[in-house]
Amino acid sequence: MTGVDERPPALAMTDVSVVRGGRTVWSQGTFSVRAGAVVGVIGPNGAGKTTLFQLALGLLPAATGRVEVLGAAPRRGNRRIGYVPQNYTAALGHAIRCRDLVTLGLIGGRFGLRPASAAERARVDDALRRVGALEFADRRMSELSGGQQQRVAIAQAIVDDAELLLLDEPLANLDLRNQQEIVRLLGELHRDRDVTVMVVAHDLNPLLPVLTEAIYLLDGHPHHDQISDVVQEELLTHLYGTPVGVVRTAQGDLFTRAAWRDPR
Amino acid sequence: MTVAAVQFQSNWLQILQSPFMVHALIGGSLVAVAAGLLGYFVITRQNAFAAHALAHIGFPGATGAILIGAPVTLGLAVFCIGGGLLIGLFGRRVADREMATGTILALATALGVLFASLASANASTTTSVLFGNLLAISQDQLVVYGAFTLAVVLTLAVLARPLVFASVDPAVAEARGVPVRALGLAFVVLLALTITMAVQVVGTLLLFALVVTPAATALRITARPLRVAVISVALALGAVWGGLVLAAMVDLPPSFFIVSLAVTAWVVVLAIGGRRRRQSPEPLVDAHHPH
Repeated sequence: MTGVDERPPALAMTDVSVVRGGRTVWSQGTFSVRAGAVVGVIGPNGAGKTTLFQLALGLLPAATGRVEVLGAAPRRGNRRIGYVPQNYTAALGHAIRCRDLVTLGLIGGRFGLRPASAAERARVDDALRRVGALEFADRRMSELSGGQQQRVAIAQAIVDDAELLLLDEPLANLDLRNQQEIVRLLGELHRDRDVTVMVVAHDLNPLLPVLTEAIYLLDGHPHHDQISDVVQEELLTHLYGTPVGVVRTAQGDLFTRAAWRDPR
Repeated sequence: MTVAAVQFQSNWLQILQSPFMVHALIGGSLVAVAAGLLGYFVITRQNAFAAHALAHIGFPGATGAILIGAPVTLGLAVFCIGGGLLIGLFGRRVADREMATGTILALATALGVLFASLASANASTTTSVLFGNLLAISQDQLVVYGAFTLAVVLTLAVLARPLVFASVDPAVAEARGVPVRALGLAFVVLLALTITMAVQVVGTLLLFALVVTPAATALRITARPLRVAVISVALALGAVWGGLVLAAMVDLPPSFFIVSLAVTAWVVVLAIGGRRRRQSPEPLVDAHHPH
């Protein structure tokens, strides 16, 4: 893309804090994610990564401060956001076909018996094709591998032409090959449609090729930085509470690695 | 000890045409339609245990109604709906719900025994609540059943798609603005109405066979919700009709035959599915992911 993106930020927070069950999950959240960014959301367990998504989705109100999603206040049922929850595939079983699940992402809120129109079915097919799931679209979710299920989940999130994709741990429980394929897919979606992508992840490594920036939850506050500023040994070591090293290869690829060594 | 001889009744066609049999056929069919339609949701919402518990919660409703001289159907309906709402309002997590459901179930059964004893209800009344008494359905009950089934069918026609979304994919449905909680409560009321009727057909103890088994069988054949509904209704109808015909032939309780037919269909489909799976190993699950 050329020129300056004039779209409002995909997600902007001003001095936001969230409270859940009487406990402050995090506070002093002030950052702005520009439209078209690919953002990794990282931090230790329980730091409030999923909570951040719930704020954006309007599922949880901010205790203080101001949240803006795609230039408007967050609200439940925002069709401009596509959402893939954590452990998504595990919750679904044998009772639904991939195609039907993606169709629900488009017209699942519609009351009455009117079936999907030809145009709606075409959009479903298109979403399935974009994620490479068309060939197994008529199979049940439970019959697919983890990577295939994740593709279908992403198809459901993009079928309504979302401008902002929120993916919660999409790489968990996937082997290396499937992780890379999902990351490549996210890169493609971002490039082809200029979608803003936010990904909650434990491990930054598989996502580094596509990430432009990161939000890291540290010491009870969200911090937002360009990815090159986040991938620093001191910061990552502090973030994960264990020594982390950063390696840059001759080709310019960036890796993080466990830096702990047996002292013997 | 003597065992009552099982005798073939050559006049079974005549028996089938008698008023009580006609009532049973109509009543049983109404229940089969409602139960068949709800089965998919009972399974996908992981509500099977709750459905079972609701039937038990109906037990004190029925015996309590006898105690105060109210219609049994009314007592069943009030307790099932009340119990359903109670279960629905308890914790959203399945684990929480199971504990709450199990506890309510035990209390309800105890109350049922108490009421039955206070009402000095005879053993046969209690037995008919526990195991169903399709042959004793009255004309008044048929009118109520007709209204219940109509309510279930019409409500589902409106709610079906969002209810499927909320049932198989609650997290995304909620984010997409589907009223997940309200749909859950609406569903539990429909389930309570259906169970109120089904208790009369197969009884509280055998209810599973009508509300869950036909849909479970259909789900082994297809995962398309509309087709599951059609097949599951057909299976439930077949079990009720076949059960009544067999009951007329040998003069034994229809509950036994209805349940046996429903379970037979399930076992047959299970066996066929198992064989098919052995013949063609899942080609799509790659070696990296042996799920």
